[in-house]
Amino acid sequence: MQFVQLLLFLILFPLIAAVFMLCIRKEIERILIVKLSALLIGVATVFLLFLTFDKGAQLVSAIPAEPVGLVMFVLEILIAVFILYLGLKHRKYVVVGLIVVQSAMMIYFEVVYAHSAGATSNLFIDELSNILALIIGIIGSLICVYSLGYMKFFHESHPEVKDRRNMFFCILFVFLSAMFGLVFSNNLLWVYFFWEVTTLCSFLLIGYTKTGEATNNAFNALWMNLLGGIAFAGAILYLAMSGSNIIGLDQLLASGKVIALIPAALIGFAGLTKAAQLPFSSWLVGAMVAPTPVSALLHSSTMVKAGVYIIVRLAPIFQSTFTGYMLALVGGLTFLLASGIAVSQSNAKRVLAYSTIANLGLIVACAGIGTYEAIWAAILLIVFHAISKSLLFLSVGTVEHRIKSREIDDMNGLIVRMPKIASMMVIGIAGMFLLPFGMLISKWAAIRAFIDAPYGFLFVIILAFGSALTLFFWAKWMGKIIAVTSDSKNIEGEVDRSEWAALTSLAGLSIVTTLVFPLLSTKLLEPYLLANYGKVAQLSQDNIIIMILMLFLLVLMPLSILLPHHRKHRHVAPYMGGRTTTHDMRFSGSLGIQKKTVLSNYYLQDWFGETKLRTTGIWLCSLLIVIMLAAGALPGVFK
Amino acid sequence: MINIVWAIIFVLVAPIVGGLIAGIDRKITAHMQGRVGPSILQPFWDVGKLFEKEHAVVNETQIFYAICYVIFMAFTGALFFAGGDLLLVIFALTLAQVFLVLGAFAANSPYSYVGAERELLQIMAYEPMVILAAVGMFVATKSFNVSDIAASTTPVVLLIPGIFLGFLYVLTIKLRKSPFDISTSHHAHQEIVKGVTTEFSGPSLGLIEITHWYETVLLLGFVWLFFGFNPLIAVIAVIVVYLLEILIDNTNARVRWQMAVKSSWLIALVVSMINLAALYFLNGGVS
Repeated sequence: MQFVQLLLFLILFPLIAAVFMLCIRKEIERILIVKLSALLIGVATVFLLFLTFDKGAQLVSAIPAEPVGLVMFVLEILIAVFILYLGLKHRKYVVVGLIVVQSAMMIYFEVVYAHSAGATSNLFIDELSNILALIIGIIGSLICVYSLGYMKFFHESHPEVKDRRNMFFCILFVFLSAMFGLVFSNNLLWVYFFWEVTTLCSFLLIGYTKTGEATNNAFNALWMNLLGGIAFAGAILYLAMSGSNIIGLDQLLASGKVIALIPAALIGFAGLTKAAQLPFSSWLVGAMVAPTPVSALLHSSTMVKAGVYIIVRLAPIFQSTFTGYMLALVGGLTFLLASGIAVSQSNAKRVLAYSTIANLGLIVACAGIGTYEAIWAAILLIVFHAISKSLLFLSVGTVEHRIKSREIDDMNGLIVRMPKIASMMVIGIAGMFLLPFGMLISKWAAIRAFIDAPYGFLFVIILAFGSALTLFFWAKWMGKIIAVTSDSKNIEGEVDRSEWAALTSLAGLSIVTTLVFPLLSTKLLEPYLLANYGKVAQLSQDNIIIMILMLFLLVLMPLSILLPHHRKHRHVAPYMGGRTTTHDMRFSGSLGIQKKTVLSNYYLQDWFGETKLRTTGIWLCSLLIVIMLAAGALPGVFK
Repeated sequence: MINIVWAIIFVLVAPIVGGLIAGIDRKITAHMQGRVGPSILQPFWDVGKLFEKEHAVVNETQIFYAICYVIFMAFTGALFFAGGDLLLVIFALTLAQVFLVLGAFAANSPYSYVGAERELLQIMAYEPMVILAAVGMFVATKSFNVSDIAASTTPVVLLIPGIFLGFLYVLTIKLRKSPFDISTSHHAHQEIVKGVTTEFSGPSLGLIEITHWYETVLLLGFVWLFFGFNPLIAVIAVIVVYLLEILIDNTNARVRWQMAVKSSWLIALVVSMINLAALYFLNGGVS
């Protein structure tokens, strides 16, 4: 039972690190402890994989429900009181109302049902948890390391923001701990507890700068996630009131659709809020006001992944139910509309935010359909999205510090100005939409899954249009970066070492995972699918070989630049319609005024304007969610 | 299932076939316009001349992207003719196309920049229909492998007539024919500056021409798949389709890009929805 200690270590150790973060006084101590903890957490997750490898799902009943449950309950009440206090202080009465309702539900549960709740194994580990743990442990810790350099720079360039780095790093580690707890917990009460902790942590991180905008967006994120929390609490309460004595995830999954569909729909709803699906997308976009590592952590590896994790976990219940299709449609529509909105955005972080929402939508669509092929695609999406997206967030953060802008148009010629970081960014973007990288493999898998599913043609059509939009906004961004501007100088300078370490590791990961993807699929995904669905999905051998070939081609091609050139090419100025132009692209405009050539991307505001698409999405998806919950509650009406 | 021989044949022969098609295209076009037109070998002389020219570039990275464009296009076509997975072919085609766009972006020149953005709009316009065409073929033949689809005795085109028409519509974009030659045109009367290829010259431009020949053969191969059940009909269909494209090319003026994107999306949506739904329900709810 060695792995049990390891599970506990992964949940508890980040907490210890968090306490240390609060106490330290010197920068050097912080750097040391963060790096050491990150390393330990990363190694522990890999070690966990080795220990539990090939053993399937393992339940842990050694950890007693009490007094741990009591401690959790007390902490929950403390969190509620804290949120209540902040809500009253900032006059956010929606938050106050929600937290009161939620606490009332949980107190009622604790008083009336807690002692009668059935016994269960509280922790467990299986392949899906292992994958998530690797994402949290490796990518999450890399983001923590990156934050060291970023936050130092952040406070140097924003003297108006109070330096609360101790608290910042403390919350980062609490967050990691909660995420580990969430993916290892089998007891729904425990899942719920960690769920609430992530809500609180994200709230604190988004509001870190304490500006008016940050506080507002933090509360926006809070009320949406609290709404999800209420649904989660509702699911627990429903299970207790129905007298089924179910309190473990495994029991819920085994209990059959008649009992499980209503709680699954409620938890699915909670997942939708956490995964920022329409109509709840605005919290994720608003979270962009936070320092960039926070965005990276919330949007690539942790917070939103908790949302899709729980939906993927419950997918067997959703499979071929009306509720499941509605859930999938919410995801599909979110994918389509958010991809559209991303086309119209000129701010790099907002593009990343909407692309995150879109990809989460695709994962939800796969999970809602819930066939073994769809789940295969969903898990692949989770993995590859986490890697590429965190890489992109972090490189945008690094670029932002140097050019003082998040606008994509200001990134023109980045390959000349900052070749190293620009290359990282190009790898990240290529990873998001080009063959043979992971995200495209996953989309491919999704297409195949959708075709085989009932009413799948609808989803295939959504996916076809959505990917066309995806291609458009990524390619035009990539074009901006690789444009070679003749007048620019290399201003990269020294990249902070911790930032650079995180960036290169992630870039390396995105290439390596593409290479070892067949291994990932056969060793982790297939056993999980086999255990839960009795069938496996995979790519054919030929296709894998072809893609590895392509990857080598892609990696080798840029190296050809290093070869000595035999012929000198004559350099000419770009064609400017015959105007006299200086080498730095200035030309004389009317009245003899010298003008600089400025090139800007197409954003197609008329078609993909944010307000228009978002409003449509909010109405449509709200309607679908209402139908979804109604269908769960009235299984006789919708079959 | 992958047939290496066909892949090699494609890589070697496709430029010749593609060049000939381009020559015939020019000849017929000339006749339609009341001219005599050049010899059908003219495209080869043109490209040959391009390779003899001095290599003038805005910057070296353009050459890199042009080489990637031709390599990945040849790769895509080889994969197709070797009988590979159709979806993989489509994604590889997109990758190749993105290299052309990147090459245009890399020059950082206003004209090629606009060309690149318009090329992206074109990709965005045809991509859904092409993916859905592959899906349609899967529904009709139960396989994504080109080898299986080509060998299938199912009359694919009769099962997915709507999707075939939709594919024909976006084929005009893919072949860069009017009215949808919005990123760059072969007609001097439509294009004063050469759009996406503005900043390519000499050997790089020659490579891009060859890539177009590869692409033409690949796309006509795609048309073949709709008729794969009978090779004779398939050959006739491919010829008729290409003649039709030439006719459309010569009887239409370029439309605005909004029109190109909107109409292709609308058509893709309508035909695939109707066609796939019909097949789905006819099959009794299993696709």
